[in-house]
Amino acid sequence: MSGSSASAVLGAVDYSTKIPNNVNLVSDARVLKALEQWHPGYIDWWMTMGPEGFQTSEVYLRTAVSIDPKGWAKFDYVKMPEYRWGILLAPQDENRLVNFGAHKGEKAWQDVPGEYRAMLRRLIVIQGDTEPASVEQQRFLGATAPSLYDMRNLFQVNVEEGRHLWAMVYLLHKYFGKDGREEADGLLQRRSGDADKPRMLGAFNEETPDWLSFFMFTYFTDRDGKMQLESLAQSGFDPLSRTCRFMLTEEAHHMFVGETGVGRTIERTCEAMKAAGIEDPYEIARVRALGVIDLPTIQKKANLHYSLSLDLFGSEVSTNAANFYNAGLKGRFMETKIEDDHVLTSANYPVLKLVDGQIRSVDEPALTAINMRLRDDYSKDCQGGVNRWNTIIQKSGIKFELTLPSVAFNRHIGEFKDIHASPDGKLLTDEQWIKNRDNWLPSKADGDFIASLMKPCWEPGKYASWIAAPKVGIDHKAGDFEYVRIYGV
Amino acid sequence: MTAQPAQGEFKKQHLIDPEICIRCNTCEATCPVNAITHDANNYVVDIEKCNFCLDCIAPCPTGSIDNWRVIKEAYSLEEQLSWTELPKQEDLGDAAIDTVQAVDDDVVRMLDGAHAGAGGKVVPPASASKPAVNLYRRDKMAVATVQGNFRITAPGTESDIHHIVLGFGEQVFPVLEGQSIGIVPPGTRSDGKPHDIRLYSIASARDGEKRNANNVSLTIKRVKEGIGSNYMCDLKVGEKVEVTGPFGATFLMPNDANANIVMICTGTGSAPFRAFTERRRRAMANAPGRMIMFFGARTPQELPYFGPLQKVPRTLLESHLVFSRIPGADKEYVQDRIRTESKTIAALLTDVNTHVYICGLKGMEAGVEEALADVCRKHGQDWAALKPTMRASGRYHVETY
Repeated sequence: MSGSSASAVLGAVDYSTKIPNNVNLVSDARVLKALEQWHPGYIDWWMTMGPEGFQTSEVYLRTAVSIDPKGWAKFDYVKMPEYRWGILLAPQDENRLVNFGAHKGEKAWQDVPGEYRAMLRRLIVIQGDTEPASVEQQRFLGATAPSLYDMRNLFQVNVEEGRHLWAMVYLLHKYFGKDGREEADGLLQRRSGDADKPRMLGAFNEETPDWLSFFMFTYFTDRDGKMQLESLAQSGFDPLSRTCRFMLTEEAHHMFVGETGVGRTIERTCEAMKAAGIEDPYEIARVRALGVIDLPTIQKKANLHYSLSLDLFGSEVSTNAANFYNAGLKGRFMETKIEDDHVLTSANYPVLKLVDGQIRSVDEPALTAINMRLRDDYSKDCQGGVNRWNTIIQKSGIKFELTLPSVAFNRHIGEFKDIHASPDGKLLTDEQWIKNRDNWLPSKADGDFIASLMKPCWEPGKYASWIAAPKVGIDHKAGDFEYVRIYGV
Repeated sequence: MTAQPAQGEFKKQHLIDPEICIRCNTCEATCPVNAITHDANNYVVDIEKCNFCLDCIAPCPTGSIDNWRVIKEAYSLEEQLSWTELPKQEDLGDAAIDTVQAVDDDVVRMLDGAHAGAGGKVVPPASASKPAVNLYRRDKMAVATVQGNFRITAPGTESDIHHIVLGFGEQVFPVLEGQSIGIVPPGTRSDGKPHDIRLYSIASARDGEKRNANNVSLTIKRVKEGIGSNYMCDLKVGEKVEVTGPFGATFLMPNDANANIVMICTGTGSAPFRAFTERRRRAMANAPGRMIMFFGARTPQELPYFGPLQKVPRTLLESHLVFSRIPGADKEYVQDRIRTESKTIAALLTDVNTHVYICGLKGMEAGVEEALADVCRKHGQDWAALKPTMRASGRYHVETY
């Protein structure tokens, strides 16, 4: 471990500037000034579009003080507007190469290659746009937090999404000059769900009306974020790779909030059903009367968020994606662990397509099927958590199994956008779809019922009726730890 | 104490709780020695490769990574991959507990977390006495009687620190300087479960606050709304307290008159150093080895044991008391004084008899380490190389919380 103190010095964050960073901003006057000018607009955005009603509360948050494993998760009470949003990049590896595409084997780029400037900027802006969007989507949830523990987790997710915005804005300011600055400003101007200036991707304009939606969002949609970040972490443009690698360590917390949030909801439902002697999960009215969310409704929520998140991967067959890959800008999930030529000019990949009115697997050139491959990896990753949820149900003895719906179900982008399909992948007429829609996706009545459960529970150590306590506390704190001092001290 | 186990008979194994893990891959990506691997089901740790550097602990978003079992035969990777839940700690008898710091999961976690700042596997000083650990656990607690409890910071200061003496009467409770004991506050948490164990370092020497009194003293700071610290600071003489422990098998003092002991602390982090100093005074007052302490507080009024410290002879202890909030004076932190004394420190660091101990809040760790690195740089030494050497020979110890 002789490296640890050296890396502690390397990764140490400079707090002497207004913007904490480990990229030696102090010696880069141009970028420092640009970021300092962007900073007030960001704080303004945070105050108007960030968590509503809790800006003066003290929240037990983790903040990175260095990027080495010992330093990046320091816990303490922080008022959110005073959170030290900073620019943190994973350490540079001098010998890093471009690992895929036409430039495979070249030294990784420390500057933007001129020919790929526009492409790269677009990738960064799309990624950057999702970060403030989710904060906007979740801004009213604090008021109905089912516990201080959950409230703290929400705010941790929020401040880290804010930091991820900073990460992308740094790249725009540092490497893209005037148009980079304009794009950085644009990231603060668009608004989730706004009719005139919406966020760039569909799922980021949907509402997050309740906590189950929030958990589903962090499980399914933030997992898309994880896949995107992981494939950008492969980038031949080294600063993007380094930034995404550090973001991934934070993203893991968001996956955790989602997986355990849904898991705890399921656990509580099963527990309440057992206690009331209800064995049939479809006795929905009786289950709901217990103040918990019935399992079929949880399945509907999963159907909705999974299908919306699949849309984020874009068209299954995409020349854009092929170009990004070929240019060495965006790789595949765990690119360097895949055993093939990493050029893909002669390989094929099976893609599910609509052929003669049927869903069939068709071999497509692997390069243009990059999105499909990433989406398949995503689905596998999603299935892992669903299996854990099912284990909770099985342990309770209730006969019910959660499943991921077919990739053809409820799609608005890609191969299946013009057809209707059931969750098990059968093609449907419009009439069949309309008749069954509410059996598969949350209905207005389902939403109203969940909304009726969204009552705040803010006493330390207590949890709302519909969710179980977590197995372990954050930072190993005791069960009754006050994760948020709501009114400050 | 029980008989010594055969060398290597028991080991501590690092395991991941499959019920809590979300398979985010952070630990595998973080591990510097590739000890962590996974399949579609679980993430698992290879006992052959894990070097206890604890790099994976803080980045884990779930806490699932922080699980340990004392084992006679290691769980194989195949076994771990098939688990849906962690196996319980096997009952290996009292012999097993000698080899490790503690057996209870939560205590192990607290100690490992406190020692993480050392940056790798920590061993006790070669000459340290053999500690007894875990004689009393949650299911079998010792009952101590409060023999004294008084405030040792000046009245009116924000920092309310108490010196508390607990007597064990007829119960056998052998301790060493540097060890901790566990206190479980009475009552339950709001979720109905018993309170978590609180660990406090012993501030007295092994033979008692007063010689042969079979008691220990603790230095405890009252934390606003802290259940453990308020319970302790409010105790009256004669009241009974349930105690577990003792715990800790590495943060121990060398039992060697030639050993130099450098102690760096803030606040209640001074507790073990009070114990070290008292032990040396009683056992080897004229030892050739030096004891030097860097002790930081905001003001003299808030520095625990400020008065008594003035009376310790300089031949026994060279103390540097530094203050960060004296009106009109520049702020000074322990790391600043370490830099001022860089010549002394650099000379000590080249001596294989020198042992360094850091104890206090987590926040002090980085600053102190940087100061040590600066001292080395200034005097042509390499801290990055020296630290692991010192740690591996039981001469570098961190206990922060």
